[in-house]
Amino acid sequence: MNGKGELAVSRRGVIVGGTSAVALASLPASGQERAQAQPSASMPPAAMPVAFEVNGAPVELTLDTRTTLLDALREHLKLTGTKKGCDHGQCGACTVIVNGQRINSCLSLAVQHQGDTVKTIEGLGTPANLHPMQAAFIKHDGYQCGYCTPGQICSAVAVLDEIKAGVPSHAQDDITAKPRVTSDELRERMSGNICRCGAYSNIAEAILETAGAKA
Amino acid sequence: MKSFTYERAKTPAEAAGSVAKASGAKFLAGGTNLLDLMKLEIETPTHLVDVQDIGLDTIEKTKDGGLRIGALVTNTALASDQRIRRDYGVLSRAIVAGASGQLRNKATTAGNLLQRTRCPYFYDTNMACNKRQPGSGCAAIQGYSRQLGVIGTSDSCIATYPGDMAIALRVLDATIATVKPDGATRTIAMADFHRLPGDTPQFDTVLERGELITHVDLPRPIGGQHVYRKVRDRASYAFALVSVAAVIQPDGKVRAAFGGMAPKPWRVEAGEAGLHEDPAAAMETIFSGARPTEDNAFKIPLAQRALASAVAQTRS
Repeated sequence: MNGKGELAVSRRGVIVGGTSAVALASLPASGQERAQAQPSASMPPAAMPVAFEVNGAPVELTLDTRTTLLDALREHLKLTGTKKGCDHGQCGACTVIVNGQRINSCLSLAVQHQGDTVKTIEGLGTPANLHPMQAAFIKHDGYQCGYCTPGQICSAVAVLDEIKAGVPSHAQDDITAKPRVTSDELRERMSGNICRCGAYSNIAEAILETAGAKA
Repeated sequence: MKSFTYERAKTPAEAAGSVAKASGAKFLAGGTNLLDLMKLEIETPTHLVDVQDIGLDTIEKTKDGGLRIGALVTNTALASDQRIRRDYGVLSRAIVAGASGQLRNKATTAGNLLQRTRCPYFYDTNMACNKRQPGSGCAAIQGYSRQLGVIGTSDSCIATYPGDMAIALRVLDATIATVKPDGATRTIAMADFHRLPGDTPQFDTVLERGELITHVDLPRPIGGQHVYRKVRDRASYAFALVSVAAVIQPDGKVRAAFGGMAPKPWRVEAGEAGLHEDPAAAMETIFSGARPTEDNAFKIPLAQRALASAVAQTRS
């Protein structure tokens, strides 16, 4: 009996002790729930209409407000040339050209683009009629797996326009000077496009050649 | 991402009113930092007020010879402006030292000021972070702190302000103009705009709820040679370990503000006066009271060397 009694007590002790340990351990979690208990928890997704132009064609969509421009292009318009890499603006695979400027389409909501003009890799060239930058990437082997390539090419096309427009870069010694197309300039300006295969030197050559051909 | 409703405001006052009215509302400008944080559910706004249609996208001369920069001028447009490049070179240099071309095309002047820390413990929702979740503690203090703050920090938070542009604005004595939901306007000196954490690190700036930045004002040009020196783990597209925005005058006098060191751009005018004569003593004054960790104590000598290198560059 004694043994059982001791056992029961110690069991109860274990249970009580265990419960209080659980309660203590869950304190921060409860705090977290309180801190995050905002109306959003129960808010249903909101949908909105948005209209913009993609590769010369007008599109109208009704989208969950959370839809990024990247997901609108890929999942709703089936333009899967633009790639989702990190989805956090770190890799550049999602780069598209909006109103003439390159942006990360993953860090932009589709509803922010009402009335905008979007150009994706599909709008730059076709297999039968390549954009000069696409042709130069093929010629110089500016890729291996190809996943980052649409973003690299959209970015590269926009970089040459930025240099032409006189947008300065960190690679310039004289910030007031007109920028030039050099390998150092291109490497700095393309730093927002990561290539996991490491085709950087061929990418730089492809862009340099395209810039020369245009000049 | 938590769901939210979305509207576009037509005027600055309307935007401020909309954010003040709806609990959980936030302004949306470029969105490059906010959307990233929303995906991670570090930011969970229930309503976004998009300010892209409210104007504020030009750079105008002021009557006292300075420049008034609209809050929505993009980082690319600001860095490219000929007047900025000629008269406020440190600002252009700081901007192009940060982020990537894609991000600078979208990011705005006001949004850049309001970007949040990149402390890894702020980003990891499994970790205690008083800035993300007040009262939960600070995992960074006993954690991996190589990137984190050495001065101006507190027992609640050792995160740094991550940006480059603001470091240059601090050295240029810029001021920030805002409008409140009731239509009242005020001017805030860069020195006072970002807060030290104390025991309320969840507030990065002195802005009140619904208060909207409308402009950043630069005083008349101060001349001198402008340098922004940024030391980081890779040559491009990385946050600063240490950065220095410096303006060096022909008589050798130096103004210097430091990034990567503190929860705000770090500039101590009292110490700065001695920088051209006895830099070591001046740096001791500027960083007096520093509380580095074992991992980030290197930042203080690195800051001194970064400044020495910047000054040497102007003499060559």
